[in-house]
Amino acid sequence: MISDAARYVGQAAIYGLLALAIGYFSSRPMVVYFPTDKAQIKFSFAHGAKRVEECRRLAPEEIAKLPPRERRPHTCGRERLPMRVQLLVGDVPIYDDVIQPTGLSRDGPARIYRKFSIAPGRHEITARLRDSNRMEGFDYERRVTIELKAQQNLAIDFSSDQGTFTIR
Amino acid sequence: MRLLRLSIRRIFDLAESGLGKVFPPEWNPLLNLGALGFFFYWVVTVSGIYLFIFFETAVHDAFASVEYMTRDQWYAAGVMRSLHRYASDGLIVVVIAHLLREFALDRYRGVRWFSWVTGVPALVLIFVAGITGYWMVWDTLAQYVALVTTEWLDKLPIFGASIARNFFSPDTLESRFFTLMVFMHIAVPLIALVILWVHLQRVTKPRINPPRGLAIGVFVALLALSLVHPATSQGPADLAKVPATVGLDWFYLPLYPLLDRWPGPVTWGASGALLLILLAMPWLPPMRKPAAAVVDLANCNGCTRCFNDCPYSAIIMGNRTDGRPFERQAIVNPALCVGCGICAGSCPTSTPFRTASDLIPGIDLPDHSISALRDAVLAATAPLQGKSRILVFGCEHGSSISNLPPGTSSVSLRCIGQLPPSFIDFVLSKNLADGVVLVGCSENSGHARFGIRWTQARLARARDPHLRARVPAERLRVVWAGRDGRTKLDSALRDFSRELDELLAPPSRAVAERMAKLEEFIRD
Repeated sequence: MISDAARYVGQAAIYGLLALAIGYFSSRPMVVYFPTDKAQIKFSFAHGAKRVEECRRLAPEEIAKLPPRERRPHTCGRERLPMRVQLLVGDVPIYDDVIQPTGLSRDGPARIYRKFSIAPGRHEITARLRDSNRMEGFDYERRVTIELKAQQNLAIDFSSDQGTFTIR
Repeated sequence: MRLLRLSIRRIFDLAESGLGKVFPPEWNPLLNLGALGFFFYWVVTVSGIYLFIFFETAVHDAFASVEYMTRDQWYAAGVMRSLHRYASDGLIVVVIAHLLREFALDRYRGVRWFSWVTGVPALVLIFVAGITGYWMVWDTLAQYVALVTTEWLDKLPIFGASIARNFFSPDTLESRFFTLMVFMHIAVPLIALVILWVHLQRVTKPRINPPRGLAIGVFVALLALSLVHPATSQGPADLAKVPATVGLDWFYLPLYPLLDRWPGPVTWGASGALLLILLAMPWLPPMRKPAAAVVDLANCNGCTRCFNDCPYSAIIMGNRTDGRPFERQAIVNPALCVGCGICAGSCPTSTPFRTASDLIPGIDLPDHSISALRDAVLAATAPLQGKSRILVFGCEHGSSISNLPPGTSSVSLRCIGQLPPSFIDFVLSKNLADGVVLVGCSENSGHARFGIRWTQARLARARDPHLRARVPAERLRVVWAGRDGRTKLDSALRDFSRELDELLAPPSRAVAERMAKLEEFIRD
């Protein structure tokens, strides 16, 4: 038989173990989320590319064919073009892809959310976007030279309203 | 599945037995996991209300307000913050242990599916509540949690816009989204509480408060931990920087490193599959359910004992349907009945002394009847010989009662609570054995919840049906042994046999035999 004193000591030990486990595992062991000797470029935006079928004025006979409540002077196709996006560090493309529009009718904005880790230091960074049906070149481009520190998060966004990349 | 269940059960049996050496049975933490969960929940709630008084809900002020509580007001709000965190962690520990233990004891299938299935969303919501709580501190860990969570949610193509873009750069951070997190951190635990209320709906007299001694012990441990190792923040969040190393709360965030590294289809697929498996477990495979208890109206006078004793609310009292002059009758809901037989043990008509009519109680198990129990007792005691003959009543979930020592035989019940106390009187007064031993689950750990409690109350003559006063206490032993308790049972049987030998020394034995002959003469 265990004496009462030993039982109390045993209980205290169990409570102590519980507290120890909770205290330790509530913040340890640590995990490495991002290497301390790297910087990050976060490249993300949502943009509606040009429509596959441009808006055009309807002919009077076409307007007449429409139900009275739906008559309008213009018609626009819903589907948007895919978006070509490129990101270069120096002359090296670290991202080059074609992003499809969202939505069942492909009429929503194309979205991108990508992260890249690069070495800290001075870099020339170029972001390019083509959102039209042109075959070559890009509609938007921005190039900056920037000094990146370790663990810095460089956010590259695109403002559809201003038609330019923002880098911060 | 069975092998896995038995393996985990073995671990729990050993842990329960080990803890039973230092804790009184009613304080054993493993036997109070659900109640401890509620206790932690209330500690989290009370400390959370206090913290909310000082917490600034605007994202740019949140960190500073938490720092104020942690540093400047360490003696009050700081301790409350630590209690809030550590009790939340304790909640996860006991809830996961509770889930595993119910699985190991096979108490999640059959009619218990409801409690299992309703427990799963409660568990998910507890995790969500904890994760949103870490978000609110808006330190480096919060930034990590926000980034990994939103990027993971964005991998599911159902959201119209990217949620992670809220944390794209310092300029994109708005208090509105942060306020949503604060709202969720309050609303989600409240929804979880409602689900926990539903979770307990099919459990009679659920234990939602731990014994006071255990509650005090746990609280003192949390308080000591809060003072010795206070919960602190990990530096302010800064979206212009990437968190490098973070101290994770492994109780709430153990999968976060994987969410970040593994592809979305894998993590979402695994999460969905895990959730579906958890929800489907009561039917993987379905339990072969024993026959539900059946009421025999000819023997039911509507006394309500079975209604009061049923641990699963499977019996209700309804209006009389047979025209007999009683107000009510017992009605069994087969969908809720686990077939433990506790109702039959409580029925006043379950007496083996009945000879004028067939032994059909007012309520009984069709496949494990009281009549068959009497036959089993007569069959088991007939070959008993020796100086001290002992009959052991055991149950399906307690210690093994096979291969007992010579002079001892056994009868198995569904639950020890199925045994009407009159059977003990029957065995001893009919001189079928010299002593009776009841063996059940380990104390405070009844498989059918109230089997031990009601048996103890009946033997103590505190609950109907009482053990008759003429039954000599020295000829009855009770051993709460559990599945691992065979050694304890063997030891108890040796001691009891020795005591009976002394008790039934020749003069006493002669008297007993004369009394038996006298009873026989009177009966004839």
